[in-house]
Amino acid sequence: MTAPRPAATEAYPDTEIDDALAQTQTPARGDSDEARGAWRGLLVQPVLVLAGVLAFVIWRSTAELADTEQRQLGWGVLGRSIVEHLQLTLFAAVIVLLIGIPLGVLLTRGPFRRATPLVLGVANTGQAAPAIGLFVLLATWLGFGFRSAVVALVLYTVLPVLRNTMVGLQGVDARLVEAGRGMGMSALAVLLRVELPLAVPVILAGVRTALVLLVGTATLATFISGGGLGQLITTGINLSLDSLLFSGAVLVALLALAIDWFGRVVEHVARPKGL
Amino acid sequence: MSETTAERGGATAAAPAPASTERQVSGVSIRLEGVTKSYSGQGKPAVDSVDLDIPAGQMVMFVGPSGCGKTTLLKMLNRLVEPTSGKIFLGDEDVTGQDADQLRRRIGYVIQAGGLFPHMTVGTNIGLVPGMLKWDRKRIAARVDELLELVGLDPEVYRDRYPRELSGGQQQRVGVARALAADPPVLLMDEPFGAVDPITRQRLQDELIRIQEELGKTIVFVTHDFDEAVKLGDRIVVFDVGARVVQYDTPEAILADPAEEYVADFVGAGATLKQLTLTRVGDVELIHPQQARVGEDAAEVVRRASAAGEKYVVVTDRRGRPISWPSLAELSRVATVPDTVDEKLPVVGLRSTLNDALDTMLAASQGGVVVTGRDGVAGVMVVETVMAAIQRTRDEVEG
Repeated sequence: MTAPRPAATEAYPDTEIDDALAQTQTPARGDSDEARGAWRGLLVQPVLVLAGVLAFVIWRSTAELADTEQRQLGWGVLGRSIVEHLQLTLFAAVIVLLIGIPLGVLLTRGPFRRATPLVLGVANTGQAAPAIGLFVLLATWLGFGFRSAVVALVLYTVLPVLRNTMVGLQGVDARLVEAGRGMGMSALAVLLRVELPLAVPVILAGVRTALVLLVGTATLATFISGGGLGQLITTGINLSLDSLLFSGAVLVALLALAIDWFGRVVEHVARPKGL
Repeated sequence: MSETTAERGGATAAAPAPASTERQVSGVSIRLEGVTKSYSGQGKPAVDSVDLDIPAGQMVMFVGPSGCGKTTLLKMLNRLVEPTSGKIFLGDEDVTGQDADQLRRRIGYVIQAGGLFPHMTVGTNIGLVPGMLKWDRKRIAARVDELLELVGLDPEVYRDRYPRELSGGQQQRVGVARALAADPPVLLMDEPFGAVDPITRQRLQDELIRIQEELGKTIVFVTHDFDEAVKLGDRIVVFDVGARVVQYDTPEAILADPAEEYVADFVGAGATLKQLTLTRVGDVELIHPQQARVGEDAAEVVRRASAAGEKYVVVTDRRGRPISWPSLAELSRVATVPDTVDEKLPVVGLRSTLNDALDTMLAASQGGVVVTGRDGVAGVMVVETVMAAIQRTRDEVEG
């Protein structure tokens, strides 16, 4: 039978020493300071955005405007433009997420890897094509309006989400995946509990990039009757009304900044602890 | 396999082997029959028809040059690599056709640096497999604490930490705890201690020996470090390319009688010194020093030690653990024995090898080490003892 290595258990000498070392070597729980710093950084952007909004509201209430300008910059009209713009952005964003993330996951799984260059090629073309061209081409094919605008926006912005999902998943240490499989987790469990959580920071960075691109690009929707803040800008250009032009531009910029900030907050909150 | 211990005792012939108790065995045997792995596009199979019998409760070391297929063979045991042909039995059960995920939950798997998931706490990491096996929360929590204790980490301190807050050695301990979580009969270890510094590695090895004595798992351990194989292994398998088994025997037998020139080369020219790795500190004569407790009257201790003709005293804390090793001159300068902890105090366990002891002495620039046993200080070993052991093996080789 099996035998005996002499003397069963020993009081183990090293634990204490090892622990003492660790106490001095590892910053025990110093990350709360870090976190506070990050939050402070996150506070600057909304303050700037709020200041911008305030300045715009004050200007709009006090400036002397011609009739046409009054009409175009009426609170109701402005509100509608902003809502339209947000609708374009959010619709497109939801579709981009629904396509980009699952596709990114799929393209990093076994046999589908082979399709990666093809899909990335298509996505790259989408982004490399001039956005305005994309809008017009799609409009001549699918007709003018909101729907075509959303399709064009999706084609234009799916790449960062797709690519970041893939890069994030590929960046997960292969040994961790193997450790997961080796301890009896199914491939799906490893994906959901190990790979995706670890890829979250990279994926969310891609999502934020896409959102900001969307807000900016959605101004082009007006050329194919898609609505949004672009309308103010084009009207301003066509009628040589600088107030309209600037209002549109400022509002789009503020919206983009606000959404970028929202994205950063989400990234900060969703970042897995322990990284 | 009682000859293992007998031979170990015999190899040193210095002290009678300590009284041994029958080791508890909770492992099962592993049998490989004609296990082969070939990859398409490669002429020769990576693993070519290996037959191997691993007895229950033993630690078997796979050694060989890199690329010889030892890791591939290990990964076929838990089917991370699917064998092309051949059969693998755990106990009497053919597991070749079993659901791989279910199989792996019964086989602990430890990789380099622990392979801990960085976004989960230590406790969550350890509780993963029990969770998959649908244990209830309370049982998992209790098991996590029990395992942290087993690997020498205080549960209160470490349970809720994240891996990056631990040192490399601590991460590796958690890795071992995680592999043991569901009490699997078999443990596979793939170069687990390859990424830690030598002193930490030595401690982790000692710890593994202790845990194995307690649990008696069947452990398959891949390493490229022959010293590690000699120190830890009940048996060693030496592989050549294609995972050809060149020799499968006890460390003593392989060192004494390498089967082929290939093994002799692998074992290395310093093989006589490698005998130091076979000899445990507990197998040689230890000096029993004067001991003093923290808070004792220093003058009294000095008197006692001088009477015994000693120049140094080992100071122990209230739990009997050695904390410093002052000279009588140092002690006579204070009123009571101080409780200062000497961080560099060289300490080894009874199960450490002479090699470890020598390393520890050199690292601390001391001529001896304090040896701890189950009940505190077991004695002191001095460098002369190591020299004598070296001389003895030399004589044996030459004579």
